[in-house]
Amino acid sequence: MAGSVKVVRRPEEQASYVRAVSKGMGITLKHLLNPRKVTQQYPDEKWELSPRMRGTHRMATHEDGRAKCVGCGLCPTVCPVNCIKLVPAEDENGERYAAVYEIDEFRCIFCGFCQEVCPVEAIHLGAHYENAEYSRERWVYDLERLTALDHPVTALWDPSDPASE
Amino acid sequence: MDPISGGAFVAAAAIKVVTFFVLLLVFVALSTYFERKIAGFIQDRSGPNRVGPLGLLQVAADGLKFILKEELTPAGAHRFFFFLAPVLALVPATVLFGVIPFAAPLPTPWGLVEMIVADVPIGFLYVLAIGSLGVYGVVMAGWSSNSKYSFLGGLRGSAQMISYEIGLAMSLVPVLMLTGDVALPEIVAAQQNFGPGSGSYGAWFALPLMLSALIFVVSGLAETNRIPFDLPEAEGELVGGYHTEYSAMKFGMFFLGEYAHLITVSSLITVFFLGGWDIPFWRGDDIRVLADGTVLGNPAWWITLLTLGSFTLKTLLLVLFFMWVRWTIPRFRYDQLMDLGWKVFLPILMVYIMGTGVAVYALDTAGVPVGLRYTAILTALNVAAVGLLVWGMDRGALVRGATARTRHPAATGGRMAPPPAAGSEAE
Repeated sequence: MAGSVKVVRRPEEQASYVRAVSKGMGITLKHLLNPRKVTQQYPDEKWELSPRMRGTHRMATHEDGRAKCVGCGLCPTVCPVNCIKLVPAEDENGERYAAVYEIDEFRCIFCGFCQEVCPVEAIHLGAHYENAEYSRERWVYDLERLTALDHPVTALWDPSDPASE
Repeated sequence: MDPISGGAFVAAAAIKVVTFFVLLLVFVALSTYFERKIAGFIQDRSGPNRVGPLGLLQVAADGLKFILKEELTPAGAHRFFFFLAPVLALVPATVLFGVIPFAAPLPTPWGLVEMIVADVPIGFLYVLAIGSLGVYGVVMAGWSSNSKYSFLGGLRGSAQMISYEIGLAMSLVPVLMLTGDVALPEIVAAQQNFGPGSGSYGAWFALPLMLSALIFVVSGLAETNRIPFDLPEAEGELVGGYHTEYSAMKFGMFFLGEYAHLITVSSLITVFFLGGWDIPFWRGDDIRVLADGTVLGNPAWWITLLTLGSFTLKTLLLVLFFMWVRWTIPRFRYDQLMDLGWKVFLPILMVYIMGTGVAVYALDTAGVPVGLRYTAILTALNVAAVGLLVWGMDRGALVRGATARTRHPAATGGRMAPPPAAGSEAE
């Protein structure tokens, strides 16, 4: 069996209540006077997020503001929970684009497969997590909303550098 | 200056009632804030800090919440007693505050005003009588809620209160033996220093009656139903104990009652054992109104303020001490609670009362005048008694763990200890 169980013998007849209590009071006093608190004042101070944090999606854009998505259909195919809705279309120059691109962030499990599979690095996950809404409909992010987001995008895992160093 | 009398006395009494009632409620509210702050600090958190500066307005937010929440009455509850219980939990604690002397007498143009709401000549008996009324709120709440857990809490409350009322009352007997009076201002005066022949001991009774003070503090903890004696509430075992079924302001009354009780017990400890409003090592605050109306010492308004500050500081420190204890010590088991009350405190106090009586008689017979030397001898005797108790009786006798009764299986090679032989009494 791996590991071992440490058996702590309880002090029996010879336990001193007064001494044990004094010791406990000493410990709590030490913590009472200790100015270093572990609480993080959340809305005021925020966590420093890992560069690989997988949060809310965002869509990368060209310089002229068009979404980079070419409507290839890989992300809705790879998505394990089927939360991406994509309707591809073709413009007058023969370039494909996404006529409808919606991600249901409520259903998304933030696995990051869509980002990994994207051939043109259009869809990304990002370091963002504060997305409370008043209705479920508002959780479905459309293309306009996805392109408007500007948080840092998730760094993908690099197989040649597995520990991200 | 003569003590105040006539219409001015009535006016002064009314002002005192209103002022000190409001002050008490303010301190009750503040102590809920302190409790949460201390809980936070002890657990390395920051405590309430969002509402107002340093979170001080949290108190107001809580109060508002209590008032606005929906009030529920469980089906089958006895409505009248269900309503009466929270009142009975809060009122005795506040009424008790009426006999506590706060400060040195205040000189006014109309006469000398004693800083006590009601100078009842039976002060000590009043304290015990009203103090034990508090348990009726607990019992009544437990019974009228029509809930098993509440009922268990109420039962525990009544048993605990009876056990510790005895410790509380008997630990005050030595105080009465030294002062020879039951009125609380006299007890405060006896701890001051009016010089030889005045019957004052010149030291706080926590020194010459150290053992009494210790037992009174522990019994006081039990009396306020606070951890480690919070068996009637016992959150982990009985949901919320006697107030499980209460909501909104009715629960708020229990909540306020608990803190009012805490402050009252702290101020009682201050009066009986920490010299009341006395400022140590200073003779200027030794002011006393004798029964015939003569005034010893020189009262002044600033002395009144200073002594009020001294009283508040002592009480506040005791309140903080109780909170510190609450967030350190785990709850006693029920049998430990009963053992401590009946098998430890009761016999110790009986012996102690006898011992104090013998010591006082011996000192009087030997012709030692009441004063500092008298106090020093008693203090030495008490230090010896407390040392004997802590080092001689503590191990396995004061509070016994479960393993001390039946040997732990691990100690007997994995088998439980054999059952006691027939005829021999189990411990």
